[in-house]
Amino acid sequence: MGLRIYAVLYLIFLYAPIALLPIFAFNDGTIIAFPLRGFTTEWFRQLTEIPALHGAVLNSLIIAVSSAVIATLLGICAARAATRFVFPGKKGIMGLIMLPLVLPEIIVAVSLLVVLLQLGLPLGAWTVVLGHVLICVPFSVAILNSAFQSLDVSLEEAAIDLGETRWSSFRLITLPLVMPGIISSLLISFTISLDEFIIAFFLTGTDPTLPVYLWGQLRFPQKIPVVMALGTLLVLASVILLAVAEYVRRRGAARTGQRDTGGLM
Amino acid sequence: MKDTTGIDRPIIALQGVEKYYGDYQALRGITADIGAGEFFSLLGPSGCGKTTLLRTIAGFEAPSAGRLSIDGRDMSRVPANRRPTNMVFQSYAIFPHLSVAENVGFGLRRSALSKEENSRRVGEALEMVGLGGYGSRAAHALSGGQRQRVALARALILKPKVLLLDEPLSALDRKLRETMQMELRKLQRQVGITFVLVTHDQEEALIMSDRIAVMFDGQIAQLDDPQTLYRRPVSRQVADFIGVMNFLPAQAEAQEGRQVAVTIPGLGRAEIDAEQVPGGLHPGQAASVGIRPETMSILFAGEETERRVAQATVEDLAYYGDMTYYTVRMRGVDAPLTISMKNLVGRPVLARGTETRVAWDARSLVLFA
Ligand SMILES: Nc1ncnc2c1ncn2[C@@H]1O[C@H](COP(=O)(O)OP(=O)(O)O)[C@@H](O)[C@H]1O
Ligand SMILES: [Mg+2]
Repeated sequence: MGLRIYAVLYLIFLYAPIALLPIFAFNDGTIIAFPLRGFTTEWFRQLTEIPALHGAVLNSLIIAVSSAVIATLLGICAARAATRFVFPGKKGIMGLIMLPLVLPEIIVAVSLLVVLLQLGLPLGAWTVVLGHVLICVPFSVAILNSAFQSLDVSLEEAAIDLGETRWSSFRLITLPLVMPGIISSLLISFTISLDEFIIAFFLTGTDPTLPVYLWGQLRFPQKIPVVMALGTLLVLASVILLAVAEYVRRRGAARTGQRDTGGLM
Repeated sequence: MKDTTGIDRPIIALQGVEKYYGDYQALRGITADIGAGEFFSLLGPSGCGKTTLLRTIAGFEAPSAGRLSIDGRDMSRVPANRRPTNMVFQSYAIFPHLSVAENVGFGLRRSALSKEENSRRVGEALEMVGLGGYGSRAAHALSGGQRQRVALARALILKPKVLLLDEPLSALDRKLRETMQMELRKLQRQVGITFVLVTHDQEEALIMSDRIAVMFDGQIAQLDDPQTLYRRPVSRQVADFIGVMNFLPAQAEAQEGRQVAVTIPGLGRAEIDAEQVPGGLHPGQAASVGIRPETMSILFAGEETERRVAQATVEDLAYYGDMTYYTVRMRGVDAPLTISMKNLVGRPVLARGTETRVAWDARSLVLFA
């Protein structure tokens, strides 16, 4: 019983602020306070009229797609190596890959910044991608590890035995079987990158990402409802992406009759 | 004409094949010829290197030393996907995202057949393993026995020179396993392809094989046909692994010609033929004789025999329905002996503690150095 009360309180504490977003996004008033003043879609309309915002959205999308693709490719290599081969120092290497999961993002951000400045490299979209790949890879590896682990090692050998090459048996057998994991990893990495603020804040050059742009707008009180509207859309997009990711993973597991090994969620 | 190995023409020739995994030697010099069209089994306890040898033949492991040729061709430079062998994996390795027909037809992808020809051959292969009409099923939804048949059809569709099977029946329940043993044997005669079967089940090996290589510890201990293997095992280790055998200490001295004299405490002195010493006799070494439970018999009241007789007491028994296994202790023998008796009509089952006579025959003894 005590545990249930705790769980309910925890969920309220966690999600109440997010519930406030749509409430004020549709509230007809510039001041974020109760009582509500009436219903409006004005703030959403205003969103469509800010070129700087559109630039930030485009920038964020490019960064998120690049980070997702790179992190997932690296994740595939790491997960395959981890589940298929025995090599010295495997535990240590895997631990190192998973490290950013528990490292405060600010530390990742600052240390990357220091290194980049030391090397005299210019900041820009690619440096943000670099940082995001670093924090996305652990998620990608975790998801893909479970996808690769549920594969019978003999499957690829059976394909080779039937005349295929190493690469074609990977493409024909392994790839389709881990595809749900790959899609899941792409979507989750994309979402992480899209929402990420601290690394983007430190490493972005002159073109801000969406969260960085949003943060900039908070200085202007009259723009807060617009920010709320934008936040509502972001939350909606994130929830949809994560739900799709989990759906794809589960459906893939069911279709091939594999045991659900429990992915990220 | 068959030569001394009993095969017409070798399809697989293994010569001093060794395999190291790091420091561990999994194969310690395997030399053997496997005949064309033969049903050949690799039999041995778990971990003795059977799978390693099978995978070496398939091309998934490269031997650390020695030579392997298949159909007269040296295989050292031939990768697994170009060898004239196909394999039924222990896990069956059915591709779970493909249908039964796509699984079975997988090996035909590279032969650029017309669609009709392709489905005709898939249909034939499925028919052959008794799965006609199953083509459109999802492979992951099949039962264990059906998966095993799909794996068979998939491996046989390319008409390999050699079919390799790694414990294909060990995952099935007993009834199904016995059915599949007979079916596999029939299938092998029908297609005429050389089958190399890995198994740890000695009964399965005896039932199915033309010849059996018994392996221990990365080496072949004996390679023979099932009857020779059962009746004339070359060592106590082999004898112990195949069926049940009683062992008694013995003293032996070779005589002129083919005769060997043995003295067995409890049974007495016997003359045996040199053929009954398949491992060879090494003078001065402590020897033992082996005697199978079914070659001895309990003499029931009033029964007479030409064979030799010894006195014994029934210590324990196990009633199997068709057979009764008696554990008896003979006068002057330390170890208990097992004797199996068919439960014929009118034949009683003796109680524990019964004094009885036991008949035995010197011709069924095997002498181990
Ligand atoms: N890839 C490998 N790496 C290291 N050792 C192995 C490998 N494969 C097999 N072995 C070892 O080689 C021995 C023989 O294995 P295996 O051929 O699978 O035995 P069997 O099939 O007779 O049970 C075992 O002790 C096993 O641990
Ligand atoms: Mg094995």
